[in-house]
Amino acid sequence: MGKWTRRGFIAAGVLSGGVLAVGVGIREGHRAPKLAGLVADEDETLINVWVKLSRDNTITAIVPHSEMGQGVFTSMAQMLADEMDADWEKVTFEQAPAHEAYANYPLGREFIMGDATVPGFVQDSLNGGFLRIAQSMGLQITGGSTAVRFTGMGGMRIAGAAAREMIVKAAAKTWNVSATELRTENSYVFADSMGLSAPYSDFALQAGKYAPPTQPKLKSPDQYTLMGTSVPRVDIPSKTDGTAEFGIDVDLPGMKYAAVMGPPVLGAMTQGVDDTYARDMPGVIKILDKGSFVAVVADGYWQAENAIRQLTVTWSETGAEQLTHEDIFQKMRAAMDAAGDKGEKDVTVGNVQRAMANAARVYEAEYTVPFLAHAAMEPLNATAWVRDGKVDLWSGLQNPLAVRDEIAAALDVKKHDVTIHNVMLGGGFGRRSNADYPLMAVEIAKEFTHPVKMIWSREQDTQQDWYRPASVSRFKAALDADGMPLSWDNLFTEKHDPPEASHIPYKIDNQLIHYANAEHHIRFGPWRSVDHTQHGFFIESFVDELADQAGMDGYTYRRKLLAHSPRYTKVLDTAAEAAGWGREVPDGRGLGIALVDSFGTVVAQVVEVDVTGPEPRVVHVWCAADPGYAMNPDGFIAQIESGIIYGLTAALYGEITIENGAVVQSNFHDYPMLRMDQAPEISVEIINSGEKVGGGGEPGTPPIAPALANAVFAATGVRVRSQPIANFMQGLS
Amino acid sequence: MAEIRFKVNGEDTVVDTDPSTPLLWVLREQLKLNGTKFGCGIAQCGACTVHLNGTPVRSCSTALAAAEGAEITTIEGVAGADGARHKVQAAWIEHQVPQCGYCQSGQIMSAVALLRDNPDPSDEDIDAAMRGNICRCGAYGRIRAAIKSAARA
Ligand code: FES
Ligand code: FES
Repeated sequence: MGKWTRRGFIAAGVLSGGVLAVGVGIREGHRAPKLAGLVADEDETLINVWVKLSRDNTITAIVPHSEMGQGVFTSMAQMLADEMDADWEKVTFEQAPAHEAYANYPLGREFIMGDATVPGFVQDSLNGGFLRIAQSMGLQITGGSTAVRFTGMGGMRIAGAAAREMIVKAAAKTWNVSATELRTENSYVFADSMGLSAPYSDFALQAGKYAPPTQPKLKSPDQYTLMGTSVPRVDIPSKTDGTAEFGIDVDLPGMKYAAVMGPPVLGAMTQGVDDTYARDMPGVIKILDKGSFVAVVADGYWQAENAIRQLTVTWSETGAEQLTHEDIFQKMRAAMDAAGDKGEKDVTVGNVQRAMANAARVYEAEYTVPFLAHAAMEPLNATAWVRDGKVDLWSGLQNPLAVRDEIAAALDVKKHDVTIHNVMLGGGFGRRSNADYPLMAVEIAKEFTHPVKMIWSREQDTQQDWYRPASVSRFKAALDADGMPLSWDNLFTEKHDPPEASHIPYKIDNQLIHYANAEHHIRFGPWRSVDHTQHGFFIESFVDELADQAGMDGYTYRRKLLAHSPRYTKVLDTAAEAAGWGREVPDGRGLGIALVDSFGTVVAQVVEVDVTGPEPRVVHVWCAADPGYAMNPDGFIAQIESGIIYGLTAALYGEITIENGAVVQSNFHDYPMLRMDQAPEISVEIINSGEKVGGGGEPGTPPIAPALANAVFAATGVRVRSQPIANFMQGLS
Repeated sequence: MAEIRFKVNGEDTVVDTDPSTPLLWVLREQLKLNGTKFGCGIAQCGACTVHLNGTPVRSCSTALAAAEGAEITTIEGVAGADGARHKVQAAWIEHQVPQCGYCQSGQIMSAVALLRDNPDPSDEDIDAAMRGNICRCGAYGRIRAAIKSAARA
């Protein structure tokens, strides 16, 4: 029996049926900032993966992440299979159930073995470090572009390599040869000198007797066979024939349907529900006043939704009833005024005051961005079944383990009596990392003995979001006689995550980056790339203004300020070259450039915009991205393309406004999305620099808004200092 | 309540439901054809696209009554009788189109109808036929490429 090793938390053993299981929980020095508060120990990142080798020589990767379109099942399995020298055709994946399942006695048993006894190696782990890992929520969160970076690099690869080493050791013993004479390929071990070969599964029993290696040897990039190749995504066929199961598709015997309505002014509570019209409507089973929301449960969703629209709900006053988004901007500006050259400090380098005193001149600008909703394609939903002190929940979740814990706390049941069935997500973008909607489903379902599927209308989805914050950012730069910056002073509002989002890639000797937050009632939520969305726009717009002040184009100016970093320079050059930077463009067109380093991936984009129509039209986006190493190049490109469209939608049209304290927009007619006819051509070039592997899901988003704004300037001579850009342009004409 | 008869993916079907119920919810909840998705409920996103007598319609905004006597095709009925993938589905896999995949049933239904009526669509034709289908994951470039390769198939 293998034991958890102190360092690596690698465990291995043989399950019933001769299945070899190898698990890995790894500590890492760097943890994703987004996970702060979720991890037990301040200095740990926790990873937890499993690989199973079955009797028929199939290999199963158990992936502790949610599939929301980023191809995570594929990239994780790919990394594991490569280190294991596995036959890709015989590799499958399973989504891990909520994390603690591995450590929790009954659930772990059910999941890992499907039989009645827990092998010794798992029991050891229950008492050891693994239990601690499992309890502390680890990395079973999908967001922050963490999957490949942490789980893949630190977990999947190690599990695969450890499994391979143990199998080779077992084969060496069985065949009585030295392990160095063996080679592995396509899930087979070969002893070429003896003319022997056998499938991995032949050695599972023997392999399970060894203590796992503490530090299995990982491949170097020249040895990769699967990593770095565009293997097709395993989840795609099911997404072309309607068989992929999303949360909204869950179907249980005796299930009823719920529609919900939250307060127009976020934070208000019910003070009475008049259901005179609704209660007798067809199919209506029950109308529930839950304080923070109301629900109608009916035989069908349509009936529930029709009925809820007939309710008259009185909501408490929160004090925000008169508020508009303009008022919120005013509050932010007041907080910034009060902060002056103080406020909370993010970065202090050199001496900004002194630089100002020595400046040839000082240049200033202020930018704003509006609130944004996530608008995932699949409206929020969750199906809950509460009975006999147990809770089952089916939902697409970015953070299933936290949801499980919150449900346990809310219903006062034991954590192991809450089972989360995570299904595919019809988009997440950060919205599905919040526990509000699964908790609502449970609150509704606890009134019944049958399961209830709660579906949010698109209107609820838009108006009850946790929003990308509106924010304001002010810049002051001291310039020398050539227009190069001596200092960079940036004061902004709304600091969330990741902490480095406001930092600049440019070498400027004196920097003061500080912030002042204002209180308001519009709740914050992580939105694809989180703070990088706004800072990308702010920083990259202002740098472009400075370039213009210096009489240089945006590319040349940035290149000077990036001379210290060959990596940044290469990314910038690659995008500029691809776009043919410096070429003549027709009248009414312009090129704009931007570079943002986020989630470990450096991305530069050049936009060509056409401003001859009623609104700016992006013709082409050239993108260069350096993720260190792209595990699945086509999958990575798809994510970058997606990030660009997501960011472009926001840059052109995205705006949530507030009137009378409530969100004004409600559906796609007034919160429009970029469509086929507005979608630009996108070219993506990957740079495998060999730096630490970065994310793919988010880094495509931040540069697109500033690249577009800068292109608009090139085409029109007008600076875009607020979004959405389509509105801004209309304001000019 | 009323008995409404129609064909779904070639099969005779009877439902006894309020005829004002949107076809979407009848397909999903009563006929358990979950491939057709709900996205907006107001004919803005295309996630719920099905064919009614061969014409793509938004099932969220099509009352069941309109299906009386009609032939409905959903994503579950697009493959050939032998289960072979439709050329549009094959092209979707070839170009690795879906990301989250939630919009894709609707996208494929719109694309199948486009190519049946117009075997060699121009970019403008593709824009016109597909602009009713939102893809929040932004797979537009791949959708366009896949339609073009399906047209050649
Ligand atoms: S759900 Fe029918 S068009 Fe959006
Ligand atoms: S693939 Fe996610 S919305 Fe289109």
